[in-house]
Amino acid sequence: MRFDFTEDQESLRGEARRFLASHCGRETVRAVLDSDEPYSRELWAEMGRLGWTGVALPEAFGGSGAGYLELCVLAEEMGRVLAPTPFSSSIYLAAELILREGDDAQTTDWLPRLAAGTAIGTLALAEGPGAADWGLARTRATPLGGGHYALTGVKQPVPDGLAADVAIVSARLSGELGLFLVDLHQPEVTRHPEPGLDESRPLGRLSFSGARCARLGSAGRAALDAALDRAAVLFAFEQIGGAEAALSMAVGHARQRFAFGRAIGSFQAIKHKLADMYAELELARSNAYFAAWALASGDAVLGEAAACARLSASRAYFDCAKECVQVHGGMGFTWEADPHLHYRRATLLNAVIGGQARWREVLVSRLQQKDASAREGTP
Amino acid sequence: MNFDDTPEEAAYRTAARTFIEAHKGAFLGSDLAGFDAVRRWQAVRHAGGWGCLQWPKAYGGQGASAVQALIYSQEEEAAGISLLSVANAITIGMAAATIMQCGTQAQKERHLPRIARGEEIWCQLFSEPSAGSDLAGIRTRAVRDGDDWVVSGQKVWTSFAHYADFAILITRTDPAAPKHAGLTYFLLDMTSPGMTVKPIRQASGGSDFNEVFLEAVRIPDSNRVGEVGDGWRVALTTLMNERAAIGSIFPTNFDDAWRLAAQTPLGDRPAIEAGGVLQLLADWYVWRQGLKNFSLRLQSALSQGRMPGPEASIGKLMLGARRQLYLFELLDLLDIGGAALASGEDGDIHFSFLRVIGNRLEGGTDEILRNIIGERVLGLPPEPRVDKALPFNEVPSG
Repeated sequence: MRFDFTEDQESLRGEARRFLASHCGRETVRAVLDSDEPYSRELWAEMGRLGWTGVALPEAFGGSGAGYLELCVLAEEMGRVLAPTPFSSSIYLAAELILREGDDAQTTDWLPRLAAGTAIGTLALAEGPGAADWGLARTRATPLGGGHYALTGVKQPVPDGLAADVAIVSARLSGELGLFLVDLHQPEVTRHPEPGLDESRPLGRLSFSGARCARLGSAGRAALDAALDRAAVLFAFEQIGGAEAALSMAVGHARQRFAFGRAIGSFQAIKHKLADMYAELELARSNAYFAAWALASGDAVLGEAAACARLSASRAYFDCAKECVQVHGGMGFTWEADPHLHYRRATLLNAVIGGQARWREVLVSRLQQKDASAREGTP
Repeated sequence: MNFDDTPEEAAYRTAARTFIEAHKGAFLGSDLAGFDAVRRWQAVRHAGGWGCLQWPKAYGGQGASAVQALIYSQEEEAAGISLLSVANAITIGMAAATIMQCGTQAQKERHLPRIARGEEIWCQLFSEPSAGSDLAGIRTRAVRDGDDWVVSGQKVWTSFAHYADFAILITRTDPAAPKHAGLTYFLLDMTSPGMTVKPIRQASGGSDFNEVFLEAVRIPDSNRVGEVGDGWRVALTTLMNERAAIGSIFPTNFDDAWRLAAQTPLGDRPAIEAGGVLQLLADWYVWRQGLKNFSLRLQSALSQGRMPGPEASIGKLMLGARRQLYLFELLDLLDIGGAALASGEDGDIHFSFLRVIGNRLEGGTDEILRNIIGERVLGLPPEPRVDKALPFNEVPSG
């Protein structure tokens, strides 16, 4: 068995890490955080040139067809440096959904541009603050004939809603939930910034007043859930990368910061906290590896594996981020020091495809289904 | 990423399964009383060519790889027969491993073949009433007398001392040296005059542990392992092997949680339908899967020819502390029924709930494991130790 990445995948990681070390330092993250820029255009363009955006997309659409494990490796490295780009919205979510659910026109229209990074996609599900059930969208799609629809409603918050060229929008079509592909460059779409917890990854509000769109295949709730499962695995790697960076920042500080005549990392109050962060992170990494295997191999266990990876990673990143702040003491509460960047990003990533309470429900309902079908199988 | 055995590993697994299935019948349901079944199962394994897998053949082993040994133990576990081999881990995984690495040729020839045949059971005389986590603080004295050493003192928490034929023992031979420098390691015949073994009743009600008193016990110098004053290095060899052995033995059963949540009423519905219970079930499952997948990563490292390092400590750390919470929450789910000692399947929950207290202490407490992770994995500096350079007999105590 080999429950680990291959040498080739590790060498991709090495390249990615070197590239990000020189192209995505803290000043790159802070340039987006402290400005109205929706993302780092320079970094995004480089990622497209390096072929990262197309790494898991088929060659027919301009990707390299390398696979999901390579995408997991890149996700982890981007998470580690808090990369301020719309990668997750555009690739984990929009490109994946179009690839799986889109018709020929939709895939040939959008995938080559998404694979090259010359267009940006996003997924717009939520409709206002507070918990949302994706299935209860109030946005409506009205048939215009000829396979076209008019979209009316407001989606907020939408990750990368300001950066995106195209959005996949959940809407009701005569009572049923559907997914619709909307070109955002039309007068019937207006966008506004939506203040967010992590301004290095800005959110937007998208208002549709009869925006022209097409249905994404026959996609409904099941297709959306499957897409969220696949994205959950990739987000988990991004979260693990961030968690490891936060832990490493905390360890570095604990080794060089002295108090009471000693490095504070020599005190068990700090050392044990860091050990617990490491243990939490390694469990999350283990769950993410299993989910990565399920994703890459297309195994039916993906549903529960993705939920486990998502829950573990969300928890580990927040734990590592909040304790990283704590270990830094008063400096950790300043804008200038970096720990709050992870605190913010951990919370954003925890939220984007649904919080932990939602994923716990998803996990248990899948286990119940498995349990029920196992019992039906035994006479 | 793949979970497949290589063709060689698959063939090895099939052979192990065939052997276990052919011989397990007489041992299913055996307990540890007298260690009779432990000895007999070891003898059967040896005779069949499946004992002491990683040892050299010269001492009765099979010259197998770490991953082959792991495959064999997975097959024992799947066959429901692993208890006897796990109970023999102190003998094989700790005592014999130390003799193999640090013992004299005569010691290896005398003990290893007999251990391999199931003829010797060993215990570990390390901890003392005033030296547990701070193991190098032991006070049991060994004084040279001609060709012998005369040993007096008290050991504690000694698992299965009442069944053991021999013991590995650390003693203090030079109280004027700094504490790590004055220790010497011996092999001890448990039938020696002056030995008294008294069972300790554990909080779980059982009595696997003992106090062991040594009064002027004579040990020949030929039973010394390593140089005089080099006992700490030898003891560390034993402890490394202990953590490797112990990390793999805790169950992570999730079926109890599922069954109880489905069966136990909460209000007018099964508990599993209550939101709070559902959220707990999810957390338990994620934790259980995390441990399972973590152990798969260790197994994968072995399969690739890498030995897991100190990071393996997190398996035991996460198991002990989290499992205690998990078991408490299971009892909580049973409502007032959780306070009554149940029989049958639920009786195991009560036993485990009490036994887990020990799991968090034995083989390195949670706190020691966090030190190991902090210092040896994360590279944090150690606590300053006021006793490190002092002569041991000047170290403050109380």
